[in-house]
Amino acid sequence: MKPPRFEYHRPSSRDEVAALLAQHGDESKILAGGQSLVPMLNFRLAHPDHLVDINHLEGEASEPELGDRWVTFGPLVRHVAAERSLVVEEEVPLLFEALRFVAHPAIRTRGTIVGSIAHSDPAAEIPAVLTALGGEIVARSARGERTIHSDDCFVGPLINALKHDEWMEAVRFPRRAEGEGFAFEEFSRRSGDYALCGVAAAARPSGSGMNVTLAYLGVGVTPQTIEVSARPVSEYQHPSFFGELEGLVHAELRPYDDIHATGAYKRFLAVRLGVKAARRAVSMGEPA
Amino acid sequence: MTTKMFGAPVQRNEDPRFLTGKGRYVDDFESGAYGAAFLRSDFGHAKILEIDVAAALALDGVYGVYTHADLEGVLSEPLPLLIPNPNLFAPRTQYALAKEEVCYVGEVVAMVVAKDRYIAEDAAGMIFVDYEPLPVASDLEGASQVGAPVAHSDMDDNVNGRVAEEKGDVDGAISAATHVFEWRFEIERAAAMPMETRGVVADYDTRTESLLMYDSTQAPTGVRGGLAQLFGLDPDNVHVVAPDVGGGFGMKVIQFYPEEVMVAWASRKLGHVVKWIEDRREDFVGSNHERGQVHHVKVGADDEGHILAMDVKFINDAGAYCSYGLIIPIVTAAQMQGPYKIKNFRYEFRNIFTNKVPTSPYRGAGRPQAVYVMERVMDRVAGELGIDRTEIRRRNFIGPDEFPYEVGVMWQDGGNVVYDSGDYEKGLDVLLEALDYPAFLADQKKAREEGRLLGLGIGCYVEGTGIGPYEGALIKILNDGSVTVAIAVGTQGQGHETVFAQIVSDELGVPVDRIKIVSGDTRRLGYGVGTFASRSAVVAGNAVLKAAQTVKRKAAEVASRSLEVSVEDLVFADGRVHVEGAPDVGVPLGQLAIISNPLRYAFGKDSEEAVLLAQRAYAGSDRPLPEGTSPGLEATEFFSPKAGVFAFGTHAAVVEIDRDTCNLKILRYVVHHDCGKVINPMIVDGQVQGGVAQGIGGAFYEKFEYDEEAQLTNATFMDFLIPYATEIPTLELHHTETPSPLNPLGIKGVGEAGTIPGAAVIANAVSDALGQPVDKMPLSPLILFEMMHPSLDG
Repeated sequence: MKPPRFEYHRPSSRDEVAALLAQHGDESKILAGGQSLVPMLNFRLAHPDHLVDINHLEGEASEPELGDRWVTFGPLVRHVAAERSLVVEEEVPLLFEALRFVAHPAIRTRGTIVGSIAHSDPAAEIPAVLTALGGEIVARSARGERTIHSDDCFVGPLINALKHDEWMEAVRFPRRAEGEGFAFEEFSRRSGDYALCGVAAAARPSGSGMNVTLAYLGVGVTPQTIEVSARPVSEYQHPSFFGELEGLVHAELRPYDDIHATGAYKRFLAVRLGVKAARRAVSMGEPA
Repeated sequence: MTTKMFGAPVQRNEDPRFLTGKGRYVDDFESGAYGAAFLRSDFGHAKILEIDVAAALALDGVYGVYTHADLEGVLSEPLPLLIPNPNLFAPRTQYALAKEEVCYVGEVVAMVVAKDRYIAEDAAGMIFVDYEPLPVASDLEGASQVGAPVAHSDMDDNVNGRVAEEKGDVDGAISAATHVFEWRFEIERAAAMPMETRGVVADYDTRTESLLMYDSTQAPTGVRGGLAQLFGLDPDNVHVVAPDVGGGFGMKVIQFYPEEVMVAWASRKLGHVVKWIEDRREDFVGSNHERGQVHHVKVGADDEGHILAMDVKFINDAGAYCSYGLIIPIVTAAQMQGPYKIKNFRYEFRNIFTNKVPTSPYRGAGRPQAVYVMERVMDRVAGELGIDRTEIRRRNFIGPDEFPYEVGVMWQDGGNVVYDSGDYEKGLDVLLEALDYPAFLADQKKAREEGRLLGLGIGCYVEGTGIGPYEGALIKILNDGSVTVAIAVGTQGQGHETVFAQIVSDELGVPVDRIKIVSGDTRRLGYGVGTFASRSAVVAGNAVLKAAQTVKRKAAEVASRSLEVSVEDLVFADGRVHVEGAPDVGVPLGQLAIISNPLRYAFGKDSEEAVLLAQRAYAGSDRPLPEGTSPGLEATEFFSPKAGVFAFGTHAAVVEIDRDTCNLKILRYVVHHDCGKVINPMIVDGQVQGGVAQGIGGAFYEKFEYDEEAQLTNATFMDFLIPYATEIPTLELHHTETPSPLNPLGIKGVGEAGTIPGAAVIANAVSDALGQPVDKMPLSPLILFEMMHPSLDG
């Protein structure tokens, strides 16, 4: 379990990163927190010729930044900074709640928010949160910058919409709006493990009721969403909502079997976790 | 010293070292060593047609690439069969490097030694092996059938050994029984998974033809003996040191794993230090497993639930090789009757080769399977006959006045199983009182009315511990009055440095923290066996006691001459020897050490005083060292037990199964435990707590996912789930002390106790919660989901 040979680069600016990627493209990997990449290197599942270590970029923020519409995370904001951030707690409460399910404190000390999105693991929490909230990523290359909406970001397991010469410069989560409510639920075998199934719920006022976006993790090749159409808040608490969500889950989710759970079991969990998350999110929010 | 240390919860001597990062493990030695890596088989079963090492050898920084063709003499033959047995009719042990056939994924095929481990791994990846795949014996039950694929192509089937025994008349008793039941029980593979993997650092000095090896092993003396023989060396030229070892649980006591001989061999060949540290992926497929068994049980009972007869047929998964012979199934068979009096008992087992990692004892060693089967039988018979689960156990217990109790079957040492002492009903009473059994029954009734799935599982066990042949201790009182004790057994964090010091402290009146225990270093003590089978405290502990008593006599004689009082009037206390009733008239132990070794060049005022005392001590003699004495205060003694000693206990778990997630939550875990006299209750509690964690891990979290080709598909800690502290409940622990009559300290082993009833307790608890039999282990949320919702296919 030693990594194969690679050339190590330590750029000090974002421009240098872009230049390195322009040169080495798909032969390279970005090293930020390294909590997924380093094990993959040691297993020799990843064997990049070039490793671009961005941990020494100069002038990078270590805290999330509060803007008019967004809370923006630069490439070196660690999970631990996010989970201790008052800005995140108040403005992106769904991310705040989900962070405590992300692995363990030692991992969160190194791992970055951008890295979690860039790794694009469909079983991870942060991509589901980004999807539920409709956030966006900033892709950077020597050619310039572009933003990608969360719906277009995740393409497959560990695959995202970035081109070979692009890297993820930032991730933006929308600030909480009036009346919105959120909840995160997951079930994992052990504390801190990848979940067998999890769900990020965002409830938004709509007419006199609320609609809910459920973004599931662990049940597909990318985060999977189910939209619950607008209805009065009381309907979420009604027993019939369970049956309705069960129908939606069965219609829309096609989870694969893995060693910890069959597709049938994951759907079973998706219904129960989804009901719980939707009800909690709605009760946190307030219809207009 | 007036407070007795034996029995006191003394803080551990080793903790300051560990807590300040001063522990030393194999990888901490010889940073300049060459790095070794091993190429392992990717196939469960295949013929090796060709190996091409040219590309690997050509890589810069590679010093050697070895295959079986490079081995000569004894080393080219299969590795030793550690425990032969007349009933083991088809033993197979592996080669140090595979010869013509590989029989499991992970079997060592080639070795690379390079400047460092990185290059060694690069080179290992460049070795080309042409395999011809052979049919694979993957599933245990399948492999036991006639006509199954054979795990070894030179065999006609997969059975390597068979043992059967009967006491009483099983057929007669079953045909006369009012109730007869037949059940099948299965338990899957499990493994030790120590935090520190295996590792070897070998330093062969070609000038002096001597070898010093650091080995993360539980039995350095055996490794030393074998290597001396292998290399044709005087054993005094071979030393093996087991430094701090980060867990072993039985798995690190194989003589030999291929890497243990190959690293030493390569060091000799290259004349340089060579290091190999097993990585986690290698540990999954290269270090031994255990546990896999399938049982078919026939039980005869009367209306009151007395078990009149039991007929057990089982198969044991040996894996691809069987250097440990038949030990695991023998222990299973020998311990199955547990605390129960079963007049008619018959077993027959077959030991089955499969194309999987070889097996050898892992904490519990055959006992968890036995207890799981027996305790499921108890619960199932109770359920069938409508008898309370605690009552049926009481009715079948061996009584407290029936010891020594002849179990009537063979023990692992070839003798008969004889329980030395015990009081099983008292143990159950202690447990039930702590549990408040009537309150649980009321809670369960209420929970069921609310639709909640609450269950209780109980598991009773008897654990043979403290087997021979022997252990030793070399004790020295130093000039500063401190004491060192060398023992041959290694240590994996069990607290040896404290419990043995407690024994010595009571004998010599020296504080525990002034007593240093040195373990697992053949340079300090060459004779010994190893730390396994819950034997260190019992066997080495009693050797330590004997050595302390001998050195005490020696010190008393010197003191008697120095103080001119008779030996009977001396008291050992506070690091001194003084005259009884006159604490001021005495001499420090350190001074006695100086006196006993008549020096004339020691430092300090103590030494000057000692010289004067020595003149008086030897005044009556015609020479400085009187005839019949030896210099220094030291003694070596050995203890060899007459027979094993049998600890026992009962565990209970109260569990709830979540209807939304199908997850298991252990609400309470209550333990009654009896290991005879307790040396240090805090350490015993720790042993039991850790053991229970491993038991729960094996029952609900840890599961090897082998596919049909015997590929292990979850060889990482991401997919093979060892419970964290967050998953393990805090124990409620209760002790009784039923001393063993078979050793002076009255103690029994404790190392495996916590693990043994894990599968039984969880299986019984889940079965109780769901109202369905649980006869296949381990469990998982997925399995509970499928039990709770058999018709849900999505």
